[in-house]
Amino acid sequence: MFSMTAAVAPGATWREAFEVLTFRGGYNTNVVIAGTTLLGLAAGVIGTFALLRKRSLVTDALAHATLPGVALAFLAAAALGMQGRSLPVLLVGAAATATLAVLAIQAILRFTRLHEDAAIGVVLSVGFGAGVVALTYIQKNPPAGSSPAGLNTFIYGQTAAMSVGDATLMGAIALAAVAATLLFLKEFALVCFNDDFARVDGWPVSLIDLAMMALVVAVTVAGLQAVGMILVVAMLIVPAVSARFWTERLWLLVVLAGVIGAASGYLGSSVSALLPRKPAGAVIVLTAGAVFALSMFLAPSRGVLATTARRLRVRLRIAGEHVLEAAYERQAQAGRASASGETPGGVFASVAQERGWPWWFKPLVGAWLRARGFAKRRPSGEVELAPAALERGARVSRNHALWKQYLISYADLAPSHVDWSVDRVEHILSPRLVAELEAALAKRGVVIPDPHETSTGRGRAPGAHPHDEAPDASGGAR
Amino acid sequence: MSVLDARPEHSARSPLSIHAMTVAYRRKPVLWDVDYDAPPNRLIAIVGPNGAGKSTLIKACLGLAPRASGQVEFWGMPYRKARASVGYVPQRESVDWDFPVSALDVAAMGRYRKIGWCKPVSRPHRDAALACLERVGMHEYADRQISQLSGGQQQRVFLARALAQEADLYFMDEPFAGVDAATERAIVEVLRELKAGGKTVVAVHHDLQTVAEYFDEVILLNMRVVAAGPVSEAFTNENLQKTYGGRLTLLSEAAEAMAQAGSAGS
Repeated sequence: MFSMTAAVAPGATWREAFEVLTFRGGYNTNVVIAGTTLLGLAAGVIGTFALLRKRSLVTDALAHATLPGVALAFLAAAALGMQGRSLPVLLVGAAATATLAVLAIQAILRFTRLHEDAAIGVVLSVGFGAGVVALTYIQKNPPAGSSPAGLNTFIYGQTAAMSVGDATLMGAIALAAVAATLLFLKEFALVCFNDDFARVDGWPVSLIDLAMMALVVAVTVAGLQAVGMILVVAMLIVPAVSARFWTERLWLLVVLAGVIGAASGYLGSSVSALLPRKPAGAVIVLTAGAVFALSMFLAPSRGVLATTARRLRVRLRIAGEHVLEAAYERQAQAGRASASGETPGGVFASVAQERGWPWWFKPLVGAWLRARGFAKRRPSGEVELAPAALERGARVSRNHALWKQYLISYADLAPSHVDWSVDRVEHILSPRLVAELEAALAKRGVVIPDPHETSTGRGRAPGAHPHDEAPDASGGAR
Repeated sequence: MSVLDARPEHSARSPLSIHAMTVAYRRKPVLWDVDYDAPPNRLIAIVGPNGAGKSTLIKACLGLAPRASGQVEFWGMPYRKARASVGYVPQRESVDWDFPVSALDVAAMGRYRKIGWCKPVSRPHRDAALACLERVGMHEYADRQISQLSGGQQQRVFLARALAQEADLYFMDEPFAGVDAATERAIVEVLRELKAGGKTVVAVHHDLQTVAEYFDEVILLNMRVVAAGPVSEAFTNENLQKTYGGRLTLLSEAAEAMAQAGSAGS
């Protein structure tokens, strides 16, 4: 909504804005807004498949290649004595050169050793350049009887200049594209996921690819007047990319991308209606871009914040467990019977130093230990470890010993070489894996005593503490 | 038909007959003059060093790699006509597993041919796909998004999809590559079931240790067929030596020369 407040303020009142947004801005405006909304829906839906087929950039190239088509169609129509600026004629021309661009990219890939990025770059720039040259020529030498005024709107788009007929045509193409996509959802998904399998399975992959591209061309061409050729690609790509952050289900991805695209189209055309000289394309892109930014940061499992938080949690747990492990091992080596009540200040500081924690990390680990009930602060300000801390430390220590023994006896690794992997694996061993490790080691006659029994004194296990052979195990990783 | 008459050994009983097939990428031949007739109802391993053209052999049979010459027949028919009886397990690395579908969705893709154009996956087909997941021990993961599966589990999902195709001849590209022990057991079990059901399997295999245990027939490949036949006859030390003991220098040089000529000409 930020774009609304920024854009509305200078030229229109809040009342007008509200009226336009609630479809009370007059028949003409309503049709244009509805058409652009449908266009956004179609672009989001078909753009999903362009994204999944990894063809997002091809859509950019074909969009730019519509410009020479528009110019040539205008000239051809004028030469035939028709009114040059007839939308259907211009769109047919645009579709023709856009298709040519797709074919050109495929031909370059097939007959040269260039990669797709280079092929796209060439076709995009040459297509757009040809269009600019043609438009300049038309402006300098307008054909008799046809005014080239308004051809420029195809570059940046301008919903306000659209007639009811133009908008209806746009909406109709968009609806047809959505219907076709939903009809071939299964086939499109198959080809996007695994085209070789589809080919072997007997599906005409090239034809299905062509159909997907044709739908992209249709939506692009339909949106030329409203959004413009430079920004229409944003309607195809951005909603799909944004929606991908939120779901792992294909149908939901298609629906979400459609909704995001429709919302962008709706807001963009409304603003354009309020401020006749504001290009709708820019507002549409800003809206979609805002949704993308929000998605990228806030999405629950794929979002940047969620991912960062997940990584930090794991890092904190591992760091916290290192402290607990070190505390347990010092205690075990000191051979004391009772564990709790120990001041871990020394342990904490030395683990932090050994592992080179950054300054900001130490308080976070302390907070983690307190939050998990492994430590509490005494009124004097010192930190005290809870009994649960040494229990957990004992378990981590034992996992460490188990895994290390496993690597040494089964993987033939030298004891001095296993520390790095052990240091990480010890934290992620599940009870099931621990049981399997015990069984595997038992086969080789290796038994790692259970620390619970050694530390509590119940049935003292034979042999010394598991770390006696490797007293530097916990600190040697870095 | 005249071709068949001329080669009586290429009977309609053979699920796969390769005649004088040469495969070239960008004019560089990677497989020379392959002749092979698969006996029906066998588990067949394609074995050879890296770059020997093992995957290419499978892909050329299925029309995924360009055949420079030669022909391939399935039960005496061209691929076009035999397609409904052929199943395929591509290499696991050949797809992007970060795709928004579940394990069941992928297995159901094996049913698409039977479902036909434009129709959604109906209940019976869904159940059939689920049954195939069960055969590879993956039914508990049916709703799991495929990127959250381990490599071995992904391989089993691919196998389930092929089973869902209900084919008579299966091509599998490195089904055992990089899988865990549980997956290896599951795949071996499925291979035995397929054989018991009268099917034929042609699989690229990289582990020489298990060839004799898992397979009946072997094709030893190194840019050409070094030897082929029952494991007991073809899988000999001498043949292995010939397959792995370095390439035929002349063959490599000729291929290189043809590639050079190709790029100079275009």
